[in-house]
Amino acid sequence: MTTVENAAGIAGTSSQTRLDRQSVTGLVFGFLGVALIVGVAPAISSSSRRFNFEPPPDPAGIGFDPPTWVIAIGVLFLLTAALGFAPPAARQWAGPARLFSALAVIPLILVLSLALSDNPSTNIVNLFNESLVLATPLALGSMTGLWCERSGIINIGIEGTMLAGAGIGYMTYATIGDAQSTGWLWFSILISVLAGGLVAALLAVLSIRFGVNQIVGGVVINLFALGLTGFLRSEVIVKSGITTGVGTSEFGLPLLSKIPVIGDQIFRGQPIYWLMYVVVIGTWVVMYRTPWGLRVRSCGENPHAAETLGVNVVRIRYQSVILGGLIAGLAGAWFSMESQARFEDNITNAAGFIALAALIFGKWTPWGAFGGALLFGFSRALGTRLQFLGVEVSGFEIPSEFLQALPFVVTLVVVAGAVGRSIPPAAAGQPFHRSR
Amino acid sequence: MLEVEGITKTFPGVVANDNVSLTLNQGEIHCLLGENGAGKSTLMNMVFGLYRPDSGTIRVRGEEVHFEDSGEAISRGIGMVHQHFQLIPVFSVAENIILGNEITKGAFLDLDTARRQVDALAERYGLAVDPDAIVGDLSVGEQQRVELVKALFRDADILILDEPTAVLTPGEVDDFFEVVESLTGQGKSIIFITHKLREVLAVADRITVLRAGQVVGTTTAETATQQSLANLMVGRDVVFRVEKAEPDPGKSVIRVEDLRVTDDRGVETVSGFDVEVRAGEIFGIAGVEGNGQRELVETICGMRPAIGGRVEMLGQDTTGWSPRKIHELGVAHVPENRSKHGVVAQYSIADNLVLNRYNHRKFSQRGVRNTAAINAEAKELVERFDVRTPGVEAAIDTLSGGNQQKVIVARELTGDLRALVVAQPTRGLDVGSIEFIHRKIIELRDQGVAVLLVSAELDEILSLSDRIGVLYRGRLAGTVEAAEATREELGLLMATGAQS
Repeated sequence: MTTVENAAGIAGTSSQTRLDRQSVTGLVFGFLGVALIVGVAPAISSSSRRFNFEPPPDPAGIGFDPPTWVIAIGVLFLLTAALGFAPPAARQWAGPARLFSALAVIPLILVLSLALSDNPSTNIVNLFNESLVLATPLALGSMTGLWCERSGIINIGIEGTMLAGAGIGYMTYATIGDAQSTGWLWFSILISVLAGGLVAALLAVLSIRFGVNQIVGGVVINLFALGLTGFLRSEVIVKSGITTGVGTSEFGLPLLSKIPVIGDQIFRGQPIYWLMYVVVIGTWVVMYRTPWGLRVRSCGENPHAAETLGVNVVRIRYQSVILGGLIAGLAGAWFSMESQARFEDNITNAAGFIALAALIFGKWTPWGAFGGALLFGFSRALGTRLQFLGVEVSGFEIPSEFLQALPFVVTLVVVAGAVGRSIPPAAAGQPFHRSR
Repeated sequence: MLEVEGITKTFPGVVANDNVSLTLNQGEIHCLLGENGAGKSTLMNMVFGLYRPDSGTIRVRGEEVHFEDSGEAISRGIGMVHQHFQLIPVFSVAENIILGNEITKGAFLDLDTARRQVDALAERYGLAVDPDAIVGDLSVGEQQRVELVKALFRDADILILDEPTAVLTPGEVDDFFEVVESLTGQGKSIIFITHKLREVLAVADRITVLRAGQVVGTTTAETATQQSLANLMVGRDVVFRVEKAEPDPGKSVIRVEDLRVTDDRGVETVSGFDVEVRAGEIFGIAGVEGNGQRELVETICGMRPAIGGRVEMLGQDTTGWSPRKIHELGVAHVPENRSKHGVVAQYSIADNLVLNRYNHRKFSQRGVRNTAAINAEAKELVERFDVRTPGVEAAIDTLSGGNQQKVIVARELTGDLRALVVAQPTRGLDVGSIEFIHRKIIELRDQGVAVLLVSAELDEILSLSDRIGVLYRGRLAGTVEAAEATREELGLLMATGAQS
């Protein structure tokens, strides 16, 4: 009786919060819609712009008229706002409408920035591809977090694990291997992966064996990796004389890369980028379709229940954290041996933290986290693109730092309204002690 | 089926089991009876491989076993349904059931086969569960069925049920007993842990009574009576019918007029409630839970605003007063929700004992706490209220539920009281603690305190109250003198809100 009542009580409260979020989001979209139609559309240049699909010269593409698009998106926003306050029968469309409107912010930013720039055209297929590539370390990092947290260990040391992987892998490449040989390059990537696993094993021992607070453990890892790789760079890498390498080479997927116009831009890429897809799909399959994945998830939700069923919680947590570390090591290799082919101090530049944000954004699911990584990858790519375009508002050129930050801010704010609250695994962060 | 011989298990500072022996025969229901902390669960956790005994042997079907973990116990056909369900709320029923013994097709989970097997088991033992439902959405009774199917799925033929009825409503308890009978009918052997005497006599074949870690008696349901079992369990004669003098009611202390209150969802659950409690009497409020008891008590004690009507205490209108102001008037409150409103789980026993008086001059001077005075007071109260604890500085959540409740009662019943509001004062407690708390409430009433008692246990209402009111859909459906009240009459009032 009591529990039933409680359950109903909780359901009641959450539907109330959802209502609040709905109306707030509705109001925001309504305001934006009016602003776009009345304020923005008449103010921007109505001269035609182009989205290109391939590099010059003479690229394929579509031309468009900015004010029309701005008005169209404004109308979509108003519709979404109206649905939020519609009678219950029409409410079922409100959720999809919000998501659709949230996604429409992306073309809106593109249209606006192009309209406000001197450049009449930009290559959007290329922009899309850049987003995917920049999402690689974020997606890998979020898979690291997924494995750890789903097994019950909070890992904020992803950043440090990646950095250690990047540094140690590149050091192997620069010192032991012949810096020009592909074989050694692959060996070094393998070392990166193993280094990531080793660093994660340290976190695992701290948090599982010794029950150290997992946040503190993660901070220790981050500081340790920063110091270690800085030392290795100045004392080993720089002294080896090989400060830049060759990096992995691109290849195209058979058949798909032969598709006209887009094939060569989308279906060509470097190996760690392709491995990222393998890791994401593999994570999903293993976590949701295999007995081991089921056990990992049970350890993150209720380890004591898992224990009563004979699941070895301690072993599962070690395995998951170390697996996560191996993935983070691969992400590290992307920085030092694929994307940049060199090693700098703090080369990962907070990607590990953004990966955590992507994980939370994706509600601790593989595809959600991948979506989050894509969104942040796109934000990075767009930030860079906006710098090239040079956006001006009434004669005042907007500073590039602001343009780089803008997509992050906008996507976060808008999508927060569409995605909503995200609930972590129930036992994440709680040390587990076996019954005796 | 199962023989436990000479098992001893000690935890730091406590001997949980001392040379305990027990046998379970094929197809029988063996009740393991004992007060909270008597060592029942510890013993069963050893049989299930969660703890390792210090000495003694466990034999399953005549074969000696030494379990390293519960996986080994499961493989020997032992299943356990824990008092606190060991389920994963976000998983589906099928996922919960197969976890640890997954059905696979190649390297992958085979949930289709799992579903079919769950359905087959549910059919065979009359345990209706939907394999695709999410466990967190299920009622407590349904979750318990999932636990049973989980054990049966692992081919358990020895089932250990740890206080299975503690969380069930009376209707669910009846259904549950039917399930248990059907299980033994199909050859399963069951160890049933409980401290409820009525249930023991209803279902048990044989009964083993534990007290303070030792077996104090083994008997059968035919030869035992509630009285004999209670005496064994507590170790002395237990008085079921509380002895009390004739009431001597004085002037009105608590007066509630046309009170209206809403619950957390904004639904009006108390709608026009009137009551008057006089000094030196116990007014019992009976009723099926969810008829407004919680909101009524919270409003009287200042924890929840009223939307209409008034509460008057000692001649003052206290409607809308803060809990502290009401408390300072001399009104004590033993709340229904022990862990949420009764104690601060992480605080020490001493701090919990002075929660309502920490700011009095005796315990703090110029904003600095006087730890020595607090501990001295705590030691005295622990002694006087018979709280079983290693020391007053231990965190209160290390105590059993019964001892936590004694701490709350000790705290609330100390001081210059005029009125006492108690909600479900003995829920989940063992016979000894119930007896003790009942005596304390009677003592206060004899000293001239007005007592408002809210309880879902009809026996408790009948044995303590001087007058009894039945709460039905937020109103007082009827008032009867306790001396003239019958279970039947009250039951009818509780169920329909109408007198016969």
